[in-house]
Amino acid sequence: MNTISKIIIPLFVLSVILYGLKKKVFIYDTFLEGAKEGIITVFNIFPSIIAMVFAINIFLNSGILETIFSLFTPILNRFHIPIPILPMAFVRPISGTASLAIMNDIFVKFGPDSFAGRLASTIQGCTDTTIYVLALYFGSVKISKTRHALSTGLFADFVGIIASFIIVSWFFGT
Amino acid sequence: MINKIWGFFIIIGILFTLFFGDSTSLNDTILTSASSGVKMVLDLIPILVLWSGIMKIAEKSGVLANISKLFRPLLSKLFPSLKKDSKALGYITSNICANALGLGSAATPFGLKAMEEMQKENQKKDTASDAMITFLVLNTSGVTIIPTTVIALRLMHQSANPEEIILTAILATICSSVAGLTLDKIRRRKKR
Repeated sequence: MNTISKIIIPLFVLSVILYGLKKKVFIYDTFLEGAKEGIITVFNIFPSIIAMVFAINIFLNSGILETIFSLFTPILNRFHIPIPILPMAFVRPISGTASLAIMNDIFVKFGPDSFAGRLASTIQGCTDTTIYVLALYFGSVKISKTRHALSTGLFADFVGIIASFIIVSWFFGT
Repeated sequence: MINKIWGFFIIIGILFTLFFGDSTSLNDTILTSASSGVKMVLDLIPILVLWSGIMKIAEKSGVLANISKLFRPLLSKLFPSLKKDSKALGYITSNICANALGLGSAATPFGLKAMEEMQKENQKKDTASDAMITFLVLNTSGVTIIPTTVIALRLMHQSANPEEIILTAILATICSSVAGLTLDKIRRRKKR
């Protein structure tokens, strides 16, 4: 599986170039034209990335999540839910690096082949950094009224987390 | 919505740190977060610029149009509001394919291009269109077939079978995508 994802990019680039030559596209000039547009895109998303990183860092570093989730420990223990799963699931929509760091802790503490490890891996695989992606994508085209995008995206993540719990328990047992 | 979330993060973060946390670290966080944001942008630049160049060739030679033709029956059902020959469809397909293969960083430029194309067809420029929301729901519910980062991390921690979570992740993804798309459809209908 890993080899597939490693050769897919080179193969894609190769076929685009070959097809471009076949269709008599001026590939070099076209590349430059596209690259220039890429720079403009970077320019457009720059402010939203700075803004999001700023807010997310302040929030995550405040330690509020650890405090809140420590209150839920007794309930989590009752349902055999490994404690760090909850902060990981909560952080997942806002920061990919932070949730990966928590997953790493889970692997160190429980091992990747434990229930907690498998559950964390599945949740990580089936969800995305929803809030970050929305801020980035909407910011790039300057859209401020996002209608039901956020709540629908978070709902999908929530369903994914619940489904992960059920599916992993069913596949591997708790 | 983004305005409220952004404000919420900052206000709660600062107040909580001031009352219960270490306020000296708060200073550092505020001062260094801009530079970590810049670092993120710097990491993005090479990939974004390179892929925009390659994708321009794909667009001009017609590869993109062919890809979107392949998925047209499915996509036109999911995105009824987009024009049949919309360039956005090709970028949406490329973005979802790259995401599905776990090539997150390669997927971003396609996604941004898709947004740009959808914005061209958007009537109200400050408001998200139906197609944009469907695309983002599909994108963020994580259509992942090979979660490469997760597998790499499992491998690093000596998992006996790092790939065993692929199937569970795919099943969970199907659940979240279907749930997201269904809710999106319901809410779109309610509006009309």
